[in-house]
Amino acid sequence: MYELILERIEQKMPGAVTSHDTAIDGIVNIHTTREQVWNLLQLLRDDEQLGFNFLTSLCGIHYPDNAGQELGVIYHLHNWIKNIRIRVKFFFPAADESVPTVTNLWATANWMERQEYDFFGIIFTGHPDLRRILNVDDLDAFPMRKEYKLEDGTRTDKDDRYFGRDGHYGQSFETRLID
Amino acid sequence: MQVQSYFSSLDNLDGELATLNLGPTHPATHGIFQNVLKMDGEKIVSAEPTIGYIHRAFEKLAERRPYNQITPITDRLNYCSSPINNMGWHMTVEKLINCEIPKRAQYMRVIIMELSRIADHLVCNSVIGVDTGALTGFTYMFQERERIYEMFEEVCGARLTTNIGRIGGMERDFTPAFHTKLRDFLSGFPARFEEFNNMLERNRIFMDRCIGAGPISAERAMEYGFTGSNLRAAGVDYDIRVMNPYSSYEDFDFIVPIGTQGDTYDRFMVRQEEIRQSLRIIHQAYDNLPEGPYHADVPAFYLPEKPDVYTKMEALIYHFKVVMQETPIPVGEVYHCVEGGNGELGFYLVSDGGRTPYRLHFRRPCFIYYQAYPEMIRGSLLSDAILTMSSMNVIAGELDA
Repeated sequence: MYELILERIEQKMPGAVTSHDTAIDGIVNIHTTREQVWNLLQLLRDDEQLGFNFLTSLCGIHYPDNAGQELGVIYHLHNWIKNIRIRVKFFFPAADESVPTVTNLWATANWMERQEYDFFGIIFTGHPDLRRILNVDDLDAFPMRKEYKLEDGTRTDKDDRYFGRDGHYGQSFETRLID
Repeated sequence: MQVQSYFSSLDNLDGELATLNLGPTHPATHGIFQNVLKMDGEKIVSAEPTIGYIHRAFEKLAERRPYNQITPITDRLNYCSSPINNMGWHMTVEKLINCEIPKRAQYMRVIIMELSRIADHLVCNSVIGVDTGALTGFTYMFQERERIYEMFEEVCGARLTTNIGRIGGMERDFTPAFHTKLRDFLSGFPARFEEFNNMLERNRIFMDRCIGAGPISAERAMEYGFTGSNLRAAGVDYDIRVMNPYSSYEDFDFIVPIGTQGDTYDRFMVRQEEIRQSLRIIHQAYDNLPEGPYHADVPAFYLPEKPDVYTKMEALIYHFKVVMQETPIPVGEVYHCVEGGNGELGFYLVSDGGRTPYRLHFRRPCFIYYQAYPEMIRGSLLSDAILTMSSMNVIAGELDA
């Protein structure tokens, strides 16, 4: 099923999908670029063969170590007729955090984008009312970015190493199983 | 619809527009939300909702908590049906670690989830009654909710913030008292519920208040990301339990009720029917409750029996590893959704192999559909706006995360 979808996208928008992979849950991730994402989402929504009519969710993500690709936006789309889900992702530099809005495709993106602006400081250009939504208006930080630690920064017992992130970063599950 | 044409020309406005703060703390909002309303007399010209009064940064908190400690956070999303949130989260992690749950545990989860759906819908529907002036049904239905909470207490010890079940199954088997209480509930509840139903369903005052209040079309509801009973009231039969069955929902026979108008009355009626369907599911699950273990064999995630911890080396090791979060987690991402009390409750979990999620995004149904509220109440009376809000089942905990 997903081969047909990818084929159709390639046919309609050559080069829009920079890469794709299948996640653990069986949903295909489509990677694209900031320049192409709006057109790709519009194609996914409007093309009669693709028909991803429903924007399930939209969320930001921050990878501070990926230089030039620190921030990302992830869209979950759902085709209600054929019951297929798909994930569209793109990444962009934190220094240049403007991305196109999809409020003109789905009304529901309004608050979703406000929330991700509130959390990550992603500027959705063209959004009708991009204000903070959950945090106070005068907060001077974007709290979901990884530079803001949840714990007191002077504590040493809550170091990243104690959360399994020392060296076996990205190592496969099986090779780390001790028993 | 007549009201909208009233506002089609501003020439009709006479006198001054008044600004009215509905909330943040107003008894009729059933939670802490603020709506700044522009009023022309008693008619609403525009509404500006402000949310976030009980924002507790769950997504950030989850990044510093091991997987089993995130369950209590999910309790506090939609606190009218906490068990559904808990199970949704367990199933998300089970999907990530590729853990198959025994049939008995799945059926037990279904029973708990449907009980909490009944509790959730009872609160919402009886509150619609309260907002139309019928307090009596509410007081009776809260006794029923109390019975459900007593059952939760039997299963997990808690009532509201349940933290029910564990990653890998249920924490304990149903106790004999639970069986008694469930049988009593199944035999006594339908009659009492129909009594409540008869009080409102064809009640002229109730119907006049609800029919046509806060309507939304199916197209608009989809654009606004509606899911759950609110979407079904608008006429779209989208139900996660049928679309993407989880926890053996494919084994059960139930119908997905839909409305036609998407107004308060349809939302009420859809929930009433869903309560009956939930009862059907509970009957089927309880009558066919399979024998067997109530949790999967995943020692790296599921705590061993306490006596074993004191007597068996292996159990002691696993106990230590679970408590100290020494368990390796697969790298990857999963999206899992369940049919929550008010819609598609989704968990998008990104794991980088650490003991806490790298990113956990909650798709909170009422956060997503509450943004349609200003559009739904534009041009209506203030009293209808109150009714519309209570019929949308907006739960502050889930709204603000």
